[in-house]
Amino acid sequence: MAEKELIFQIKNLQMWFPVRKGFLRKTTGHVKAVDDVSLDVYKGETLGIVGESGCGKSTLGKTIMMLNTPTGGQVLFNYEGQFKDITKFTSQELFQFRKKVQMVFQDPYSALNPLKKIYTAFEEPLKVHGVNSKEEREKIMEDVLKMVNIQPDYLLRYPHEFSGGQRQRLCIARALEVRPEVLICDEPVSALDVSIQAQVLNLMKKIQKDLGLTYLFIAHDLSVVQYMSNRIVVMYLGKIVEIADSRALYDEPLHPYTRALLSAIPVPQIHQEKKRIVLPGEVPSPIRKPAGCALHPRCPHCMEKCKQVDPVLTRYKDGEHMVACHLYGAES
Amino acid sequence: MNNNMDYVLDVKNLSTSFISDRKEIRIVKNVSLRLRRGTTLAVVGESGCGKSVTVHSIVKLMPKNAKVSADHVIYRSAKDGKEYRLDQMEPFGTEMRKLRGAEIGMVFQDPMSSLNPVYKVGDQVAEGLIQHTGMSKAEAQKQVLDMFRKLGIPDPESRISDFPHQFSGGMKQRVVIAIAMICNPDIIIADEPTTALDVTIQAQIMELMKSLQVNDHKSIILITHNMGLVAEMADEVCVMYMGRVMEFGSLEDIFENPSHPYTQALLRSVPVLGLAEGQELGTIPGITPNPADLGPGCEFADRCPFCQDRCRQKDIPRFEVSPGHYVRCLKFDSFQEVD
Repeated sequence: MAEKELIFQIKNLQMWFPVRKGFLRKTTGHVKAVDDVSLDVYKGETLGIVGESGCGKSTLGKTIMMLNTPTGGQVLFNYEGQFKDITKFTSQELFQFRKKVQMVFQDPYSALNPLKKIYTAFEEPLKVHGVNSKEEREKIMEDVLKMVNIQPDYLLRYPHEFSGGQRQRLCIARALEVRPEVLICDEPVSALDVSIQAQVLNLMKKIQKDLGLTYLFIAHDLSVVQYMSNRIVVMYLGKIVEIADSRALYDEPLHPYTRALLSAIPVPQIHQEKKRIVLPGEVPSPIRKPAGCALHPRCPHCMEKCKQVDPVLTRYKDGEHMVACHLYGAES
Repeated sequence: MNNNMDYVLDVKNLSTSFISDRKEIRIVKNVSLRLRRGTTLAVVGESGCGKSVTVHSIVKLMPKNAKVSADHVIYRSAKDGKEYRLDQMEPFGTEMRKLRGAEIGMVFQDPMSSLNPVYKVGDQVAEGLIQHTGMSKAEAQKQVLDMFRKLGIPDPESRISDFPHQFSGGMKQRVVIAIAMICNPDIIIADEPTTALDVTIQAQIMELMKSLQVNDHKSIILITHNMGLVAEMADEVCVMYMGRVMEFGSLEDIFENPSHPYTQALLRSVPVLGLAEGQELGTIPGITPNPADLGPGCEFADRCPFCQDRCRQKDIPRFEVSPGHYVRCLKFDSFQEVD
């Protein structure tokens, strides 16, 4: 990629959920699910978002689609060179916007209505988005099913007649109907077995190549994310701690959390000498985040500064690699 | 029979079927496995391959509509040096109940649902101890405290009277391991112990189990679908597919010389960190068949790249390709056939 074109520009996005207590439902605190996240997404790339449960990766995906109304920040989307802030969109504009950005959810079992035939489920988005002739709709449905290697006559079946992998392929096909530019995939393979998982991942890669899609790939499994992504965002407690090229993240992880995460993943190879960094303790509650760097109570490199000042995401050696850690801030 | 004492658990031709809609569906077919004392045996396979059913059949925790048969299931106790024939015992008779918990401990997949939410965790851990040894509650509590300390549960004195909802997922799994460990059993059966947990917590739990095995000389059966965990934990590996043991061998046999086409395909389809760019994951074509409509012959035939006509005709025997390395595939029919 010579000139990379931006498709999303996320600036200081914030999604705080209020915690209410007592009779008057007074707000006593906030769950800072997404806290001051800034991120660029380029056209045609796969941006992986990883983190442990509760780190806000799914909330980030949903907030980018405006399924949550963010409490602060901007999400700029590229409309043929013009950036428009979708957080300020009216519902009519959002409706049009969602044609360009579609989502694939984690659980393919609950994402398809069990009472409706696949045909009905597939027809609905097309009707809603104004494809009025029946022939045209059926043509599109056939096309997307071919893309995911499912026979078009399966349209007349019910969801329970499909296996998990087939259902997830159906969900992907349905998302492709409106010809989106971006697909936000929230844990698309975590409910599937390894052999099926590989099928779906390879298929997603092929579709991306054919259609020039941009993927936001959210998952907790770093090996899956690394296989799929060009760049990877690592999140911890609602914040981005590291952004890097997927190869660079593996070769030279900078943030102590990323290092621990990488070393915690069991590798299916034997005779591998590996130093495991085990982070003591557990992820704190996002309601009562520690002051300073959120990782400091568990971090093996914790300094005095870490307890007071929250590190900001800065470029490492002026490259693409960005990290939010005091270990690297001082020199540059 | 002296060398047999090495094997703390010896299972031969275990089969389990379930009766549903007046039809008998075989879920586990002629599974033979042996667990060497002081080692870890990993049972791997995809969901529905019968790995959980196998171990639940061994400890006889099966629903009423299950039919279990076996040539033998022998447990050799280190405590009294006796052999117990588990297959001849009543599932909920006194003999079996004496062994379960005291000699064979179990850790289940979901720590959230394996603890009773309305009892204090300390009492839940002590229950097994009081049942099996008849000691007083105060004494039992003391042992529970020691166990909590050993398992790295912080501040055990106050945690012991907490309720399960006050624990995080990783801590709950430690409590469940404490329940399995409290009577000092020979064998620990861990059924997907970390599937519900995050990777960093999984790393903590796995280190813990490894240390229990090394320090206390426990024998562990680890059921998992994660090939990474297998590589880190196991001494011997049993690869299952559709209720059959497809391949059984040492860790080196399975990872360096995988012989069954299914094992090979499974290993190729696991995403590994640090794959080179452009490197593709291998896939297994097709889907796992329904156990109700399996024909004769090899269960993997429909998805196997090496499938021949003879694969579909009759049951495939086991071949011993090297000492202790068994493969159920006709590609190896030049080797010694074992039953």
